[in-house]
Amino acid sequence: MSKYLLYPGCSMETSARAYYDSLKAISGPVGLELEEIEDWNCCGATEYLGISLTPAYALISRNLALAAQQNHGKRAVVAPCSACYLNLAKADYYMREQPTLATHVNQALAAGGLSYTPGSLAIRHLLDVLIYDIGLDTIKSKVVRPLTGLRVAPYLGCMVPRPDYEKRWSDHEHPVELDLLLKALGAEVIDFPLKTHCCGGHMTQIGPETAFELIRGLIVSAEAHEADIMTTVCPMCQMNLDAYQGEANRYFGSAFKMPIVFFTQLMGVAFGLDPKDLGFGLELTSARKAMSRVGVETPEPQASAPRPRKDSSLPMPKPLPTKADLAEKVEAAK
Amino acid sequence: MEIAPESQAPPSPIPKLIEDLTLLDEVSNRTAGVSRLEMCIQCGTCGGSCPSAADMDHTPRMLFAMIRAGMRKDALMSNTPWICVSCYHCVVRCPQNVHIADVMYTLKGMAIEAKLYRDSTAPDFSQTFVDMVEEYGRSFEFGLATRHYLKHFPLRLPSMAPMGFGMLTRQRMSMTPRRIKGIDQLKTILKKAKEVEAVHE
Repeated sequence: MSKYLLYPGCSMETSARAYYDSLKAISGPVGLELEEIEDWNCCGATEYLGISLTPAYALISRNLALAAQQNHGKRAVVAPCSACYLNLAKADYYMREQPTLATHVNQALAAGGLSYTPGSLAIRHLLDVLIYDIGLDTIKSKVVRPLTGLRVAPYLGCMVPRPDYEKRWSDHEHPVELDLLLKALGAEVIDFPLKTHCCGGHMTQIGPETAFELIRGLIVSAEAHEADIMTTVCPMCQMNLDAYQGEANRYFGSAFKMPIVFFTQLMGVAFGLDPKDLGFGLELTSARKAMSRVGVETPEPQASAPRPRKDSSLPMPKPLPTKADLAEKVEAAK
Repeated sequence: MEIAPESQAPPSPIPKLIEDLTLLDEVSNRTAGVSRLEMCIQCGTCGGSCPSAADMDHTPRMLFAMIRAGMRKDALMSNTPWICVSCYHCVVRCPQNVHIADVMYTLKGMAIEAKLYRDSTAPDFSQTFVDMVEEYGRSFEFGLATRHYLKHFPLRLPSMAPMGFGMLTRQRMSMTPRRIKGIDQLKTILKKAKEVEAVHE
């Protein structure tokens, strides 16, 4: 068993519950032993960094200090969330680069009876650990239900491959790791050109138009490459592309129905695990149709009750035809 | 209706050299790590790589030129740091290794301090997020979203309802916050961090 300290981050317990559930489900089969950092706190996302420097880095570093305390066997810290991963890695790196920052942060930590020596922990993303420690061969050996024929867009987002302080990834903009993993599961991986482009981050909250444009670009590209499903390694990316897909559709008058699931959910399916234990059905854009392509029945997302239409209300504009609609029309005309 | 004549404000004086150095140094000193901001060669790779540049007042390159020219007010009033999505495309492509994304965080903090921003939505969002983290030790999405939308986009709330309802019914959003056990310890650490920050600014 490979042992690691786990920093789950806030969203794993709420908005990205499917990520946490599926991670727990696949850990056993691949031999990944995770011990949660006790009483960890929020990493501050991108918000705290814009308010003030020392408190933001002290907030992040409390987690590093707690992890170092708990780390008797010299284990790496694993963060499945991209923003958490980057914040932890960045704090560690900048405190090494600029020792005054480390001094200030340690002055603050000392007030709470803690301390952290920069560089004493390795901070890794979950995907990195799965590929480079567990290995593709092990993952492949656990596949009992290959994802043959499922066209997947591998979407990494920004904060996992960039800025990559420890040079862990094959490339900043076109890393191959997620592609290799999905191929090991038997999936048909599309060469997704926007795999490390931005999902809009927190802009869905403060400047939705900026975010919608970025979301639209990603889904249009995945659809143009005839992907059945997009898979992500980040709670924020999943939330923006899945939960805000409807908002973006409303904004552009489009009718995208691209399911977005975590890569760990696809791993679980390939390992033959029960889709219910993998958090399927929690997505807002149903993955049911896509997953039926590999003969897997996933739970239907609980639909919110539609409001009854009044006869007097104006007709809704028709959504733009999708590629599938057009293909059907062509078929019918033949 | 009569159109009021534009006010004839005198052109602002050219900033003195000493002020130029102050702003560049201040931004650089307040940035995490070694910012390398003074190494910018104005190549424009950052703006060319930026996915949200179209919505910015100034590209990052232009903003850095303004900082070097000591245009404090204009630089801090720019919406650019607030539109930055932290995707780090500019950072990895910058031939001079400038910590661009982190410089943007610094500029946000300075703009909040100087109360120099046109639209309070983004600064408020950051502050509300930070308030919740300082109170609970964890982020609290439901509280954050409702408080933020009520204040800034009340008219958007009804249209957001299906999404919010979807997140709640799937238990992807909790209606109550969770507090860490060591919240007092965290509060003490953050209080001390603010004191340290105040001394060194």
